[in-house]
Amino acid sequence: MRTLILLLSFFAATATAGENQIFLKERPGKNQVVAQCAICHSLDYITQHASVLDRAGWEKTVSKMINVMGAPINDADKQIIIDYLAQNYGK
Amino acid sequence: MVDRRHFIKNIAGSLAALGGLSLLQRSGLAAASEIPIMDALPGKEALIKQTFRPPNYETPINVFDAPFTPNNRFFVRYHNAVIPEVNAGKWRLHIGGEAARTPLEFTLEQLRKVFEQVEIPALCLCSGNRRAAFEPPAPGLQWGSGAMGNALWRGVRLKDVLEKAGIDPSALEVSLAGSDSGVLPTTPDFVKSLPLTKALDENTLIAFEMNGEPLPHWNGFPARLIVPGWTATYWMKHLTAIHVISKPLDDFWMKTAYRIPKDRFPSGQFSSQKTETHMPITEILVNSLITNLVDGQTLPKSKPIEIKGVAWDGGDGIARVEVSTDGGFNWKQATLKQDYGRFSWRQWQLVFAPKHPGQYPIMVRATSHSGISQPLEPIPNPSGYHHNAVQKITVKAV
Repeated sequence: MRTLILLLSFFAATATAGENQIFLKERPGKNQVVAQCAICHSLDYITQHASVLDRAGWEKTVSKMINVMGAPINDADKQIIIDYLAQNYGK
Repeated sequence: MVDRRHFIKNIAGSLAALGGLSLLQRSGLAAASEIPIMDALPGKEALIKQTFRPPNYETPINVFDAPFTPNNRFFVRYHNAVIPEVNAGKWRLHIGGEAARTPLEFTLEQLRKVFEQVEIPALCLCSGNRRAAFEPPAPGLQWGSGAMGNALWRGVRLKDVLEKAGIDPSALEVSLAGSDSGVLPTTPDFVKSLPLTKALDENTLIAFEMNGEPLPHWNGFPARLIVPGWTATYWMKHLTAIHVISKPLDDFWMKTAYRIPKDRFPSGQFSSQKTETHMPITEILVNSLITNLVDGQTLPKSKPIEIKGVAWDGGDGIARVEVSTDGGFNWKQATLKQDYGRFSWRQWQLVFAPKHPGQYPIMVRATSHSGISQPLEPIPNPSGYHHNAVQKITVKAV
């Protein structure tokens, strides 16, 4: 637990205080989205695309994150993440 | 620095494994609103936050009501989130590549001493500035009009540095790498290239000063590339390596990102990166912005006010700016202020005295010295680059 607290405080320091105030919709799949996407970027990347991407757009984006940006997301999580984004942040 | 970077990567990975981020997510307050968030990065004044990490911040447009944009209000744009604080004393710039005769390495002091220093006023403009105004919306950061800034850049010519290393006849492009990187080791670095001719242009600089001060950390300390007239995607920050190469750079940032449909834009060619259908974005298009009025603003009737703004293009310079206060039926020529050079934006102003109460649709249209004017609609392209349509805002006189 002490390690976790240390890690969390380090994360807060590197991730900027502001981004801890961004909260995604509490729906199934959110845990996978946060655990995977927030490794590399703040979650405002998701909220600011809510009126921009439809399901096909989210599929393309998640595929780009895996195939181009090297996100280590397995096929099962990939589908959960796409469904969450399309249903909650789809155009 | 490498150690710290790897440490951060490991930490991020461990956190994900522990579910630490999920835990953080459950620990806080209500959902974020859609209202723009003003936030100040260390060393900066408050800017309009687009994304926290990587940091992407735009400048409020009223800040543009000045010839040069202050360093602490200058926009910030990163593709990757690991941005080491560079120690200027330990910093080295590597010059190499298969088409460079002699690989070289420079300290900041050596760059300053060995080469002639030059200063150029130039507009730094994000390719995706005004993307949020595209209809239908285009994917990418939803920038307003503030992902740009005009500054006086001081540095040495890239041409002089490359010629010191010696350029082989096989040279085709010059690649640019900086010290920022992705969180995961699997994420590709942000690396760009320029055609050799642009790299050897006398205006292309390795800059270490901005508006008379060292570059701010968030704008590329200790040295960044300045490519006057071209969009900021080529203006590599925190430069570490410049390679003269004999083959087209083959990475995501050249082959997939920052590309526009071929032959649709009045901008230059980058022939070694061109395909049948697409080419990289290059020159900035002619454009303008009102900086002291916003859409929906109320003005007192019969009281003259100055409509003020800026206009710019990719290096031909601004010939005239016209303003309409009746939705485009009649146009009046604005007064152009001081000319700081063809790569700088040009401030303009026009006195406007609304005679009657009511709505006044104000439009502004710039024309370059080559006779090119802004279109009424933006040129469609999938990634939402180069939005240079005539701006239209409506003010109300009461």
